[in-house]
Amino acid sequence: MKNLVILGAGTSGTMMANHLVSKLPKKEWKIYIVDQYKTHYYQPGFLFLPFDIYTENQVKKEGKKFIPKGVDYVQQKIDRIDSENNLVQLENGVLSYDILIIATGSKIAPDEVEGMHSTEWRKSIFDFYTYEGALALRNKLRNFKKGKMVVHVTEMPIKCPVAPLEFAFLADSYFDKKGIRNDVEITYVTPLSGAFTKEYTSKTLGYLLEEKNIKLVPDFAIEKVDYENNKIVDYADQEVDYDLLVTVPTNMGDEVIERSGLGDELNFVPTHKHTLQSIDHKNIFVIGDATNVPASKAGSVAHFQAETLTDNILLYINEKPLKEEFDGHANCFIETGKNKALLIDFNYEQEPVSGTFPFAKIGPLKLLKESIFNHWGKLAFRWIYWNMLLKGIPIPFVSRNMSTAGKNINK
Amino acid sequence: MIKTIKNIELNVNDEGYLQDFSQWTKEIGIELAKEHDIELTDKHWEVINYIQEQVAANKPLSIRGIKKSGVIDIKQFYALFPGGPLKVSTKIAGVPKPKSCI
Repeated sequence: MKNLVILGAGTSGTMMANHLVSKLPKKEWKIYIVDQYKTHYYQPGFLFLPFDIYTENQVKKEGKKFIPKGVDYVQQKIDRIDSENNLVQLENGVLSYDILIIATGSKIAPDEVEGMHSTEWRKSIFDFYTYEGALALRNKLRNFKKGKMVVHVTEMPIKCPVAPLEFAFLADSYFDKKGIRNDVEITYVTPLSGAFTKEYTSKTLGYLLEEKNIKLVPDFAIEKVDYENNKIVDYADQEVDYDLLVTVPTNMGDEVIERSGLGDELNFVPTHKHTLQSIDHKNIFVIGDATNVPASKAGSVAHFQAETLTDNILLYINEKPLKEEFDGHANCFIETGKNKALLIDFNYEQEPVSGTFPFAKIGPLKLLKESIFNHWGKLAFRWIYWNMLLKGIPIPFVSRNMSTAGKNINK
Repeated sequence: MIKTIKNIELNVNDEGYLQDFSQWTKEIGIELAKEHDIELTDKHWEVINYIQEQVAANKPLSIRGIKKSGVIDIKQFYALFPGGPLKVSTKIAGVPKPKSCI
């Protein structure tokens, strides 16, 4: 009997368990999935939680429900991956593996910036990348009447790179609806050269910040949060004052990657960007936010990766060459507020452009253009996530590799 | 867009970043630096080499990453490449500026 061990039962790990359980011969392979937590969160919902658009129960379910029969769900903390001996050391016990899939994700590391994880954490300084953070922020926003709200990105890469912008747009709508928009100043602070950094998007979407009266501070390389004086300070001594700081802290891979000596400086695992095999170990594969591949850290990316990775695990077992197939495909709805959204579809090579999706001319969704239909798409995605995505069911008409159909390329 | 430096035709984007790193040479780096009124010193080259290595290894570039690398301290980095050190240094190094997905 051989063992395939999946580390992490988040989006990627759960999808891999569902894909592989029907494909690996049961007489030869035993599948384990390891995760210390009981709750599975719908992370895209964390964007809506602070604005009372979603409730707590809409963004969490018991993780066990999504782990298929035939897969052994081990609810334990992972101590260390011993890649020399093909072992996973758990809090209580040890698992040996023939194939390991690392799906341990990424998480915020507010300790990386001086003063961020301070006594003001979740009092005047908030994140919305965790369930607890999003909830704390919701409670804060319910009583926020006026002042300076700063939406801030610490450094790239981050999970769901558009989420902070979406947050700023939704905040504009939220305060508008409450009738206090004129009393709240919203500023978007980024380490990048702009809110939109690609040629085409900056041309087509540049209007959004102005239209919503969101101030922009680009090229801001944060040095510290001066939490006693309510300001963030950067290395060039730029300062931005806040009453409410909503920050996306540094994102890092899980500590278990560091403990196991398998990661880069940010604890992401060096991974082949087309096969998803780890660079250092042939029998270790990596998926989702845990990799260092230059794709967006997003659920749709993990979904497309899972299809390629399933094929590659089977090829690896049969000692055949792996497919260099994954192309960095991402497909994301971007909320722009006032019940509208944009859709972007892109990969390693092709930056987001306008057009229709998934069908040329017909759509029905429009790329890079605000529409109410796209907003419904985003809301419908929650159902798709729980009922199709996690179960490894392909999404109709959306292929693992990016399609150029309907895209206005070279325009 | 095509830009000509020292009689060599280079493919650049709207902001003047090289689109094909294989076209980059030290000489081109020196010329690109001049456009920002920078005279490249040994310390500049150390930073440029580091940036090129990071990009070749698919590693993300950030100011904090540069601080952690020990190549240069941040105040010095700002002094060497005034006006947005990452933007300017990546342009001289012939690599894309750090971007998001949109």
